[in-house]
Amino acid sequence: MTDPKNTPGTGTAKTMTGASILWECLEREGVKQVFGYPGGAILPAYDALKHSKIHHVLVRHEQGATHMADGYARASGQVGVAVATSGPGATNMVTGIATAMLDSSPIVCITGQVGSKLIGSDAFQETDITGVTLPITKHNYLVTHASEVARTIREAFYVARSGRPGPVLVDITKDAQQSTCEFDWEAAKPQLPGYRPDLSPAPKEYAQALELIHNSKRPLILAGHGIIVSGAMREVRDFAERAGIPVAMTLLGLGAFPASHPLNLGMMGMHGEAWVNHTIQEADLLLAFGMRFDDRVTGNLKNYAPNAKKIHIEIDPAEINKNVKVDVPLVGDLREVLLELLPKVESIDRSEWLDSIDRLKGDSAVRDIQNLPDSGHLYAAHVINDLWHQTRDGNTIVVTDVGQHQMWEAQYYKHEKPRSLITSGGLGTMGFALPAAIGAKVACPESEVWVVVGDGGFQMTMCELATLVQENLKIHIAIINNGYLGMVRQWQEFFYDRNYTATPLLNPDFVKLAEAYGIRSVTVSERSQVVPAVEAARAHDGPMLINFKVEQEDTVYPMVAAGAALHDMIRRPSPIVETAEDE
Amino acid sequence: MVYVENKPGVLTRVASLFRRRAFNIDSLTVGRTEKPEVSRMTITVDADRDQARRIEANLYKLVNVLLVENITNQPAIVRDLALIRVAATHEARSHVLELASVFRGRVIDVSPESLTIEITGAEDKIDGLIEVLRPYGVLEMVRTGIVAMRRGSKSNGNAATDSTAQGAASDDVSYSV
Repeated sequence: MTDPKNTPGTGTAKTMTGASILWECLEREGVKQVFGYPGGAILPAYDALKHSKIHHVLVRHEQGATHMADGYARASGQVGVAVATSGPGATNMVTGIATAMLDSSPIVCITGQVGSKLIGSDAFQETDITGVTLPITKHNYLVTHASEVARTIREAFYVARSGRPGPVLVDITKDAQQSTCEFDWEAAKPQLPGYRPDLSPAPKEYAQALELIHNSKRPLILAGHGIIVSGAMREVRDFAERAGIPVAMTLLGLGAFPASHPLNLGMMGMHGEAWVNHTIQEADLLLAFGMRFDDRVTGNLKNYAPNAKKIHIEIDPAEINKNVKVDVPLVGDLREVLLELLPKVESIDRSEWLDSIDRLKGDSAVRDIQNLPDSGHLYAAHVINDLWHQTRDGNTIVVTDVGQHQMWEAQYYKHEKPRSLITSGGLGTMGFALPAAIGAKVACPESEVWVVVGDGGFQMTMCELATLVQENLKIHIAIINNGYLGMVRQWQEFFYDRNYTATPLLNPDFVKLAEAYGIRSVTVSERSQVVPAVEAARAHDGPMLINFKVEQEDTVYPMVAAGAALHDMIRRPSPIVETAEDE
Repeated sequence: MVYVENKPGVLTRVASLFRRRAFNIDSLTVGRTEKPEVSRMTITVDADRDQARRIEANLYKLVNVLLVENITNQPAIVRDLALIRVAATHEARSHVLELASVFRGRVIDVSPESLTIEITGAEDKIDGLIEVLRPYGVLEMVRTGIVAMRRGSKSNGNAATDSTAQGAASDDVSYSV
């Protein structure tokens, strides 16, 4: 059995079961907690867990386990681990794996599989999960012998965390868990002759990039998730400050560059700030830092940034020229590439360009809901803004779900630090917030964790409230409750003649629901009650759920309609313009 | 040409990638090489230069892929093999035999009603034979799809199992392989 005193790398072989080797290897990879749900085909592994120091968080649904592992990974930068049994346990993980894949989040999923002799026989709870997850994992493995467990786990962690991170699934047959073999950590080194995560640009490409930067009059940095993954916050800041280049953020980039920095323009894209999208369209050079020109940030590609040359710093060569044709690709780790560029970047006065961006802001402030006269209604933007004011000085992580509240959070919560916003960007997975927040809290117990979630998405994974209580985690939940699937309703409002099919929600009493779990709860429907409720939650010794009943048919502005050009935005009506029209 | 680790499931990964990224495969062959741990695929795809680059980059994302070489514009030996069963009654038989021999095909099966010809060569040569046989009646045909090898000793294939190999950096834009 595992001997905790056996320090890594002694190279001494001893006989162990595949199940014991699994936990031993996870410990050696630095795993402290795993999120999982037991079942027949993974039972040998669960039996061996009693000899391990690893803490197991019992989830209520395997989708939750994968989101928790994902939230853990995004909050800590370490690999998150989810465990499930074969068949339905494994297939329940699919949504969480796809979420981690599209947002490049390093997780390792361990699934039990029926005995190797039974594979292919449609045995009870048999699913070809490596086949199912093939297109949504960075890599996956089927392990049929105890002797393959150690090397496979080491490879899985290495692949998950290196290069462009992503999910790796390891499917282990029941007999591979039960049988024994010699375990030798040293001998089980990864053997990945074709895997090369450490690419770097050619000197010529650096020179071409510098020439474009120095000749540019209207450059703009597009700051993405890659900055956080690479740990390049400081280098991006140094680069922007030295070269005097303003910075626009992607959703997953928020926090990578301080919101309060004078060069930070705000978020770009479908629900980005109007002036940021206009700036992109007027720029003569875009420097894409660890972002992938997703359709939600480019709008119609035909007229995207028509005046701009493009430099793309990106670790994944397959992203180059995928959506937007770039002039200079720099393929490599962002931090290393920037460290190479930094000493050669000249300081240039770009005040003219910065002033012209300032003028692009126009009447945006007037249109901001925060500056409109109080109508007596509670708007989601008020809630987010007040939440930000109350928690801004703390060590706060906000975890959002997907939809309108997610966009309002991105617009009104000003993120200063990396990993302070955790959100499902690429896949847009409703139900992500609560379990991901549990993972984040487990990873960072000292942080104040807030779930910002819609009334629709919350109900997709609210079973994890039980996990939260069982683990005794102090997490605050803010339901932005508008009684609709709000973002879908917004699309119906704009593009489907206000035909609100299947979007109104008949909700349970969220306060009673929380109380059934033993979670303190309150409903807030007036703005004056927002701050007291937030403060009550912070002061309370345990989790708290606040049901914010907000304006039902509010809309996220600005909005670039799908397929429209980036500068073609639907704006919140300006009160000044409206008055003029009324007269 | 794609060099991959000779492991279960690798063919599925490669085929799945083409499906997933909506690249159309014209032909795909896979077989063993001089190294037991390496398999080699020859994949024919209708793609422009940019698409070819993206296919190459996506192939490299597969952990089991060792090396990718685009030999579209490289001097290479390319071979396809076809088995063609042609209707050949008494009077047509000598004509068919003559045509087969002009194309250096071999007759490998004979029946009273037909002849089966084996032919190896570049794709257009086989197309040519099929074209001239068609009037006699092609009863059945199967082709292997092409296998290819660079000419001379320039192939990077030997680097395929060397972890320090930097791929086919023959092109001017390197994004980095």
